[in-house]
Amino acid sequence: MNPTPAPAPASTAAVPDHAPSGPAPLWRTAVRGLATIWAVPKARLGLVILAVFLLTALFAPLLAPYGATDNSFGRNEAASAAHWLGTTAAGEDVLSQVIFGSRISVVVGFVAGALATAVAVLVGLSWGYARGFLADVANFVVNLFLVIPSLPLMIVIATYLQNSGLAMISIVIAITGWAWGARVLRSQTQSLRSRDFVTAAQFSGEGSWRIVFREILPNMTSLITGSYFGAATAAILAESGLSFLGIGDTSVVSWGSMLFWAQNSNALLTGQWLLLLAPGLCIALLATSLTLINFGVDGLSNPRLREGKGR
Amino acid sequence: MRYVLSKIGLLLLTAWAAITVNFLLPRMMPGSPADAAIAKLSRNGTVSPATRAAIEAQLGVPGGSLWHQYVSYLDSIRRFDFGLSYTFFPQPVSELVTKALPYTVILVGTVTVLAFVLGTLIGIGAAWKRGTWMDSLPTLSGSFLSAFPYFWTGLLLLFFLGYQLRWFPTSGAYGARTLPGWNGAFVSDVLAHAVLPALTILITSLGGWILGMRNTMINTLGEDYVTFAEANGLRSRTVAIRYAARNAILPNLTGFGLALGGVVGGSLLVEQVFHYPGVGYLLYNAVVNQDYPLMQALFLMITISVLAANFVVDVLYGFLDPRTRR
Repeated sequence: MNPTPAPAPASTAAVPDHAPSGPAPLWRTAVRGLATIWAVPKARLGLVILAVFLLTALFAPLLAPYGATDNSFGRNEAASAAHWLGTTAAGEDVLSQVIFGSRISVVVGFVAGALATAVAVLVGLSWGYARGFLADVANFVVNLFLVIPSLPLMIVIATYLQNSGLAMISIVIAITGWAWGARVLRSQTQSLRSRDFVTAAQFSGEGSWRIVFREILPNMTSLITGSYFGAATAAILAESGLSFLGIGDTSVVSWGSMLFWAQNSNALLTGQWLLLLAPGLCIALLATSLTLINFGVDGLSNPRLREGKGR
Repeated sequence: MRYVLSKIGLLLLTAWAAITVNFLLPRMMPGSPADAAIAKLSRNGTVSPATRAAIEAQLGVPGGSLWHQYVSYLDSIRRFDFGLSYTFFPQPVSELVTKALPYTVILVGTVTVLAFVLGTLIGIGAAWKRGTWMDSLPTLSGSFLSAFPYFWTGLLLLFFLGYQLRWFPTSGAYGARTLPGWNGAFVSDVLAHAVLPALTILITSLGGWILGMRNTMINTLGEDYVTFAEANGLRSRTVAIRYAARNAILPNLTGFGLALGGVVGGSLLVEQVFHYPGVGYLLYNAVVNQDYPLMQALFLMITISVLAANFVVDVLYGFLDPRTRR
């Protein structure tokens, strides 16, 4: 719409001419943000774990010893040199399934997380900036979405959309999972709304839309990043829960559907604890990595949560 | 009193909205429950228009305008009439739901209160000892535990404590050999069956409370009155409990109401793992069998229960914090 870069903060106006031009600032901001997160030990651990899963998902065909749905092996085998984590009741290699399963969780986490965050930003910011009747309506709707338990809602919607694919599941997760972020962003918008720079923008005749998304939004980068990782974590857990219930496409190999098949084929009785342990541990680790990264993101917006300053 | 009245008003309004969502959901979706049932039937042969009409009437697919449907829907809710279940035909849905609800409410209610108290205490300790191992151990393990999928924790406990060590029964709410009744044998049997599901919910939800309390407590520790109390030379335990924790617990209590939805969702999965005959297991059965009337009723009951719990927390909050009553 408008190709001019975002207005520089007032303090840099006095600094002459080394304002970089072109796409560099965004790139540099991202690197600086990453460095800030990296400085927090817990977040560093999270970034490392996340990187491992991203690489696994990306290079799954190279890393996996067999295909994910290749069922030409013995059934219910225990761990061996050929099958490090054993085989499933259908004769598939568990390790290969775990490796390929990472793709589903990573993609759903990032896509559904992004969708939910986009809705949260849109609703949260305009809701925080608006006053009067519209704000009350938004308040009611968001609170409704907050109190309706999301998993049952997802289950009901997904059951109506029979055999829905991954894209549909992501959308369902996003629809049910944006309210928390919206509420957090709204309260921050409300506190920013009365700051001087917003008043200045109003007096200079900027429209509300522009004030909200060009003046206020850049100040909430850390909060939005935080709610993005939160939403992605929730999405990963939700997808695994739905797959575990056998909702959605159970033929897709995901960590949740692996556990669905494990339970339905009595892996508990055959004593294949690795088949139970591996997929769930991966879900937990991936979700933890995002939570850990959020410790660093928290530090960006709230200096009190920065580490290493004990009483 | 005005505060309580306004909360009751909000509860009724939210409940109405939830009921309306429940009404609109199936109507916004492609296909209809009757279509699905007829599709199942037509696998065994052709379905005549007469049969179709009979099924639609039976499954409560009312004709008429949307408004007309809505009014009769509200009326049937008032009479607690949710139609008949497909799966457990011809049992009324309301009967199935009332049978399952107590199991879930008691299990989730008890464990959630326990987890809240325990998590809050650990959170207070972690915030007070910020920067030491007494902080990093609970926060790290807390964030790891809260990332556990409920059903996975359940599966692991079931496998190791149930199947391998045989410490606890593995499925159901009571054994096949005990007869329901108010006697010692039955009650202890029910308790033994509840241990694993309860432990699962406790382990998985504890982390969230620890982290929540720790963060609000750290914010409170930065307040002037805490610094003042310290400057006065009060014992550190007094400062931590009487000054900081007392104020930090309020925001954490708000979180209680909101997190409840998540715990309920998780416990649905846990019930499926342990075949615990509560609402979650029933919902699972409804989903697998595409039993739409049962599914809708369960969703409504779960939502209303969470709303009611939130209402109780809100009212309690009003009594604990006079500022909210203004």
